[in-house]
Amino acid sequence: MKKPELLVTPTSVSHIHDLANAGADAVMIGEQRYGLRLAGEFSRADVAEAVKAAHQYGMKVYVAMNAIFHNDKVDELGDYIRFLAEVGADAIVFGDPAVLMTVREVAPHMKLHWNTETTATNWYTCNYWGRKGAKRAVLARELNMEAILEIKKHAEVEIEVQVHGMTCMYQSKRSLIGNYFEYQGKVMEIERKKYEKGMFLYDKERDNKYPIFEDENGTHIMSPNDICIIDELSEMVDAGIDSFKIDGVLHEQSYITEVTKLYRRAVDLCAENRAQYEKEKDELLAKIEAIQPKHRPLDTGFFFKETVY
Amino acid sequence: MLLKNDKISEIIDGKRVIVKKPELLAPAGNLEKLKIAVHYGADAVFIGGQEYSLRANADNFTIEEIKEGVQFANQYGAKVYVTANIYAHNENIPGLEEYLQALEQAGVHGIIVADPLIIETARRVAPKLEVHLSTQQSLANWKAVQFWKEEGLERVVLARETSAQEIREIKEKVDIEIEAFIHGAMCSAYSGRCVLSNHMTARDSNRGGCCQSCRWDYDLYKLEGDKEIPLFDENDAPFAMSAKDLNLIRAIPAMIELGIDSLKIEGRMKSIHYVATVVSVYRKVIDAYCADPDHFVIREEWIKELDKCANRDTAPSFFAGMPGYNDHMYGSHSRKTTHEFAGLVLDYDKETQMVTLQQRNFFKPGDEVEFFGPEIENFTQVVDKIWDENGNELDAARHPLQIVKFKVEREVFPYNMMRKEN
Ligand code: SF4
Repeated sequence: MKKPELLVTPTSVSHIHDLANAGADAVMIGEQRYGLRLAGEFSRADVAEAVKAAHQYGMKVYVAMNAIFHNDKVDELGDYIRFLAEVGADAIVFGDPAVLMTVREVAPHMKLHWNTETTATNWYTCNYWGRKGAKRAVLARELNMEAILEIKKHAEVEIEVQVHGMTCMYQSKRSLIGNYFEYQGKVMEIERKKYEKGMFLYDKERDNKYPIFEDENGTHIMSPNDICIIDELSEMVDAGIDSFKIDGVLHEQSYITEVTKLYRRAVDLCAENRAQYEKEKDELLAKIEAIQPKHRPLDTGFFFKETVY
Repeated sequence: MLLKNDKISEIIDGKRVIVKKPELLAPAGNLEKLKIAVHYGADAVFIGGQEYSLRANADNFTIEEIKEGVQFANQYGAKVYVTANIYAHNENIPGLEEYLQALEQAGVHGIIVADPLIIETARRVAPKLEVHLSTQQSLANWKAVQFWKEEGLERVVLARETSAQEIREIKEKVDIEIEAFIHGAMCSAYSGRCVLSNHMTARDSNRGGCCQSCRWDYDLYKLEGDKEIPLFDENDAPFAMSAKDLNLIRAIPAMIELGIDSLKIEGRMKSIHYVATVVSVYRKVIDAYCADPDHFVIREEWIKELDKCANRDTAPSFFAGMPGYNDHMYGSHSRKTTHEFAGLVLDYDKETQMVTLQQRNFFKPGDEVEFFGPEIENFTQVVDKIWDENGNELDAARHPLQIVKFKVEREVFPYNMMRKEN
């Protein structure tokens, strides 16, 4: 049976070696100048090194260029894309059509993955971006299992689904943390303070904690729980979903590696020895629960939820 | 610098006038609001049908009502656009073709869309509809605009995050109609990139289910080891993502000089009083500037007038650059309007000076009220005796939609409105 690729976001170049050993098939990296909410910051030199390291293990490297671009960066997109083509990146992850246009101009053979995070919600639109040049669509996290399977059934492009980790709930261009400090009159050191790690918003009514951080792309607010469906992979494996992503953003390197190992085991069993997968899957889930940071409960995201409107 | 694509002004009889007057585009949540918006001077309105639009709670239009709305608008030479700007899920695909065909047959001028599914389906089954790209796509650079132009779209609504300078560059590089917001409530997120409501209330914000979770209060903490350190003092207002409402009245001249094609007011859920007030103010600003741009000054009374229907503080947002803390609302997220809508004029008898008015809020003899409308200059007067339809004197106009009569010294016209201070 076809096995979905296991795609992971590393925190650094050295982490790639660990992830290779843990069983990742591909990594997604990048820098915040062009990419959104990455687990690690990879300069150009890092990207070049990462590609070399990953390819040595037969792993693919996808580079994030999925920011929402304003005019100021449009002119430098071509240079970055040319660089990525030169160092041998396997695909570029984009949301903004400006990236697609520039790839057509400067590196027409570069593979493209369409990922706007929230707007890949139906199969027609996935195929639309396929006709425009994307090889893969990364589905919105707000879809349930049924919708995902139906998209896969009609898809003419590869389908990537996030199976583990945090997701983004909100991105604003505004400097919301900096503005709040300024409003409080804590003007001192805002520039430094607003970029600090470990901040979260507490929602009393729901008793939830939402990680929040600021970077070059604005303010990001993240989901209160980590998705984990290590025990619910069968239907998607059967449907032939092309890639499972473990998103490591805001997690420790060792945690990401450990989770990768467990998913490697789960995917292999699920594809090759279903009976054993059924037997072992609760144990795999328990192993993730055991290493889960205290403030990050697990849940199943939107996979088994109904949303209304 | 001169813009390549548009000729904005000309010298006529020694005086500069604006020859490229932007469209004033107003929201219309139902048929009554559509009529008011058009009557008060909107060049175009945008409405929501019963499906595919982002205001799931608005009392959206049936196809029959859309037809009637289009006919009404046509009498004024105004256009009707229908928003169909959800990000569709698989389950929304059936029925889309029939819906778009029905819009085309109803005579709708264009649709405002975000999802390529709806763009391509409209092209295929309802080619007479103009297709405008919604702000839900968060379009913020010229190259992305170029992409959508090559896809054949007539117009794009830019991301709310674009500044005047950025809009100018886009205008210079790409020949396409640009629509930009001038007034109303705003997402504080990049549009289409917020799923707070999905997480917090299981309602899909990209299909109209947003419950404005960005306006709720949160507490900001920092994690140090396992310790949670509050980043606020006892007396600080809590953290919120809430943005003040947009108000670009002072920027209208600049927007006209940039050659922006359509100036959009937000708010399909707002009352007819709001629509009438905001549309008439911007109508006056645009007309005055276009007639004599070099001697134009913003009149304080226009700014005050806008304030009469505002229930939230306002700010210019991204037009002039990055919004600071002053563009946000902390603590209280809304306030009472200074004025309230008291009645809608149905008729006026010049002989007897009697107005026939539909009550919209309590008023009584002795109250000072203000009348406004496109045919008149605002004026105030004190209400004298009030009668019901059958000539019985009333101690007050108590009932919503009740028809009442009383004396109004100056001539008023149907659709004029009466408001009173709170
Ligand atoms: S919660 Fe706020 S930012 Fe999010 S979609 Fe609703 S209005 Fe926009």
